[in-house]
Amino acid sequence: MKHWLASTALALCLAVPALAQDYTPDPNAKPGGAIVITYKDDVATLDPAIGYDWQNWSMIKSIFDGLMDYVPGSTALRPGLAESYDLSEDGLTFTFHLRPGVKFHNGREMTAEDVKYSLDRVTNPETQSPGAGFFGSIEGFENAGPDGLSGVKIIDPLTVEIKLSRPDATFLHVMALNFASVVPKEAVDEYGADFGKHPVGTGAYSLAEWTIGQRLVFARNETYWRAGVPYLDQITFEVGQEPVVALLRLQKGEVDVPGDGIPPAKFTEVMANPDEASRVVEGGQLHTGYITMNVTQPPFDKVEVRRAVNMALNKERIVQIINGRAVPANQPLPPSMPGYAKDYKGYAHDPEGAKKLLADAGYPDGFETELYVMNTDPNPRIAQAIQQDLAAIGIKASLQNLAQANVIEAGGAGTAPMVWSGGMGWIADFPDPSNFYGPILGCAGAGEGGWNWSKYCNEALDAEAVKADSFKDPSDPARLAMWSDIYVKIMDDAPWAPVFNEQRYTMKSPRMGGEDALYVDPVSIPINYDYVFIKE
Amino acid sequence: MAAYLARRLIQSVLILLGVSFITFLLLYVLPADPVRQIAGRAATAQTVENIRQQLGLDQPFLVQYGRYLGNLLHGDLGRSYLQKTDVAELIWSRLPASLLLMAGGIACELVLGLTLGVIAALWRGRALDQGLMVGSFVAVSAPQFVVGLLLLYVFAVRLGWFPIGGYGTFAHLVLPALTLGILGSGWYSRMMRSSMIEVLRADYIRTARAKGLDRARVILRHALPNAILPIVAMIGIDIGIFMGGIVVVESVFGWPGMGQLAWQAIQRVDIPIIMGVTLVSATAIVLGNLLADLIAPLVDPRIKLR
Repeated sequence: MKHWLASTALALCLAVPALAQDYTPDPNAKPGGAIVITYKDDVATLDPAIGYDWQNWSMIKSIFDGLMDYVPGSTALRPGLAESYDLSEDGLTFTFHLRPGVKFHNGREMTAEDVKYSLDRVTNPETQSPGAGFFGSIEGFENAGPDGLSGVKIIDPLTVEIKLSRPDATFLHVMALNFASVVPKEAVDEYGADFGKHPVGTGAYSLAEWTIGQRLVFARNETYWRAGVPYLDQITFEVGQEPVVALLRLQKGEVDVPGDGIPPAKFTEVMANPDEASRVVEGGQLHTGYITMNVTQPPFDKVEVRRAVNMALNKERIVQIINGRAVPANQPLPPSMPGYAKDYKGYAHDPEGAKKLLADAGYPDGFETELYVMNTDPNPRIAQAIQQDLAAIGIKASLQNLAQANVIEAGGAGTAPMVWSGGMGWIADFPDPSNFYGPILGCAGAGEGGWNWSKYCNEALDAEAVKADSFKDPSDPARLAMWSDIYVKIMDDAPWAPVFNEQRYTMKSPRMGGEDALYVDPVSIPINYDYVFIKE
Repeated sequence: MAAYLARRLIQSVLILLGVSFITFLLLYVLPADPVRQIAGRAATAQTVENIRQQLGLDQPFLVQYGRYLGNLLHGDLGRSYLQKTDVAELIWSRLPASLLLMAGGIACELVLGLTLGVIAALWRGRALDQGLMVGSFVAVSAPQFVVGLLLLYVFAVRLGWFPIGGYGTFAHLVLPALTLGILGSGWYSRMMRSSMIEVLRADYIRTARAKGLDRARVILRHALPNAILPIVAMIGIDIGIFMGGIVVVESVFGWPGMGQLAWQAIQRVDIPIIMGVTLVSATAIVLGNLLADLIAPLVDPRIKLR
């Protein structure tokens, strides 16, 4: 990522010909074959403007393309439907040069008009896209509607110009989000609200079959514009399969990758079996699990109390509860995120110190409060451990085990004094430190219903965040240092108690080929469908 | 008869209206904002308000309920918030699987329950009878989730006789139908046993025996039909119990029916689907009960519909 993005700074007004060090596919990879992936839940929609859960996210990635993309198995940007781009001196105008000869699954050639249509569509309030907010830096976003974005212009059939209203270091990442996928107008018009069930894109696979409640079948796009991929002829996603059943079927050779992962109850058993453990790929993910404390209400309006909670937690023990499938966290950003403050030590486990802080804050005997938690395993167990740690310093927290939607509601409304984020923890939309700020720690998310459940709003930090995002190069060391600084300052105010960063474990059948990174791809969860192959 | 039917149908519609109102109200007061769910975590306040207006969720409760009923009259069950599909389409595409599973479950519980009940009655008080009754007690009390996983593990994973979950062939149906049927078979065997014992004590059985009829003929021709009567009338009521059972059984076996749909929707608070499934289930239960009442006089002329 560094090489290419550093080069963008130099190449301001020049077209950038060879962008990233691109991916070298496995020389042993053979085309052909079909695999089976299972999921417990139905797939919601494959409309790239709408789909926003981790299950359909990677599926949409394989059916559609955006102007930008990621090098498989990594967080490095690479060109997608745009062959190259120019960035103006002031950092406000991107000119994207499209790849010629790219065809939609319906056979029509993709042009600049489709790019404009797609961006207009996703930002049009009629579309109800949950991702519309990501495009806020495009000129004319405030007036987005049926007339489209004034900032997006077609220069010629293969050139699109996008004007920003403010410099946005994350803009290329935004162009790599599913929400920025290019869709053909005629197909959207034909299917209307059901486009998500009849997706037409330019991606590596096209949708061949969708039997509701049973399966989806993806077929290889024979005319895919990236040479040589995908390898697989077909991918079948079988839905409605409990994770335990999916594991049993994998062991019988009927399933290649259980999409929901290894069920917690079976994890130790699988890892104890050398043959099975050798087929489990471990990787980091851009996730943090944390406890929010509502800073607008006593007793959490006192910073000493919030720090005391941070010091009360025995994170090592909490990690053990989930079979060590995580690493303890001391700050909001996960370690693999650019801008992670490596030298920051965080709050050490210190119950005695925590008690002193509580006494200083005027709570020598502790207090009673509530901890909201999502009711699916292992979250209630984790919450119990947190409850015990808090009890050790005199805080009596009663647990509110609720469905996800109810916890989110209580957090958003500000009625929950504490929330354990498990099952709803933040996973980055794109690999940039700014993505952990705005909605969950910034003032923008602190309003009624926002995802900033601490209701923490520090205007000075908000101003710094805006400054950091005005850099032209997202990986500018000065910018990353600013972000590190912002998160360390947040920890000083301690609206959160970060608990752990979850690791990912993907299990695969013996016949699955391709390097491990493809099975813990940071943007394609669970796996990168375009580059994996069958060995036999 | 016609008057009776008309009255029952009106009653049924009123019951369904009540069910729809209560469910709608419960989901309305539920502390979970559907708009937030649709809008996602990155949405701005403006996006949220916008979606709320488009869906009409900013309207007062009675307006929302009235509109729901109005759409219902046109067969429109609304659109799933999270699956982005018409609820009617989702339910319709899953209905055949659930009906098949129910039919299989009813067949299992009747065959198992009635047979074992008759055997227990004929061997009353002996070890076989006691063994069967303990077994039926276990069947009634065992959680279906456990029974399902146990059957799955033994017969599909260990022995490999049946596929591990899924849908499509007769082999796929056996284990889920058995899981669903075992619970009912426990009830049926106990009811069948007592019903049979009662009948065997009746005067007309004694008369039949006294006539010198052979034992098999007495049991099959005279006792069984009379003992079965009160049981058969139960099948309609069973549909209600099954509606609960399929939620569990379908989830365990990956059976693509309505129960699975309901379970997913409840976990994710997808209100239009919960409403739709509740109404369809309630309709099935009401019709089941009606059917049971209509059948009763056919099998037992002593019962009169009034």
